[in-house]
Amino acid sequence: MKFAVIVFPGSNCDLDMYHAIKDELGEEAEYVWHDTHDLSGYDGILLPGGFSYGDYLRAGAIARFSGVMDEVRKAAEEGKPVLGICNGFQILTEAGLLPGMLMRNKDLKFTCRTVSLKVENAHTLFTNEYKEGEEIRIPVAHGEGNYYCDDATYQHLKDNNQIVFTYAEDFNGSRNNIAGIINERGNVLGMMPHPERAVSDLIGGTDGLPLFRSIVKQWRESHVSHA
Amino acid sequence: MKKVKVYVTLRESVLDPQGSAVMGSLHKMGYDEVQDVRIGKYLELVIGDSERDVDALVDELCNRMLANTVIEDYRYEIEEVVSQ
Repeated sequence: MKFAVIVFPGSNCDLDMYHAIKDELGEEAEYVWHDTHDLSGYDGILLPGGFSYGDYLRAGAIARFSGVMDEVRKAAEEGKPVLGICNGFQILTEAGLLPGMLMRNKDLKFTCRTVSLKVENAHTLFTNEYKEGEEIRIPVAHGEGNYYCDDATYQHLKDNNQIVFTYAEDFNGSRNNIAGIINERGNVLGMMPHPERAVSDLIGGTDGLPLFRSIVKQWRESHVSHA
Repeated sequence: MKKVKVYVTLRESVLDPQGSAVMGSLHKMGYDEVQDVRIGKYLELVIGDSERDVDALVDELCNRMLANTVIEDYRYEIEEVVSQ
């Protein structure tokens, strides 16, 4: 399976993402600069964390108009897995590919530590290697991860099982402790925590690995007939 | 040519942690009269002469990029700029 790691000016988790795919998973990955206009050669799209365009105006507000975003939208429409982590999540909400918005953390602090997450939905292409309700430990590193949406949107997310990860404890003010959500179709996931930073015991844990394994497993299963 | 002053603020229904922190500090300084602080953004745009309706243009800019209407409201003022 071949992944595109989209690199915006100011991305800083692109190397970790590449490392996770290439070295820990043994799959293919390529860096793709944000002005690329063709993602047809890739099976999965990864939007890494960082501070694209210095978070000017709002986090993700400028990156979402990068040339590559039309292609990301197209990939999402084609049903390819699209994963946005941290700043990648912010870009996906700004682009309207996921509902809601990430606001400043309620205590105004940049929080950088490992937190406990609950897997709320283990029936997605990103989480099928986890158990439903499982508690996992994944690092967070953000100042604007306070997920906000209105009541109607929240109800919709809940009714459709689109809330994939929640924080075990509130620390940033996110609505109902939401840490990650998926689109209705189930192929676009945005999350603030960094699974790519939890792929080896050497760096403190491996709870992020099943997420990447899930994507690959699902892809292999759906492509067996074409092999 | 026109100068457009755009004010972007958090919606009333959205908590403003920065504003609350500033208000808390003002209260500590003794300014008990301050009842609310909301922090927003101020942008100045200079718009060249064009066929397009300026209001429609500014609304489009605000809705597409300058404000995120999920959590923010915007308002603006337009000033005529007399060329020197």
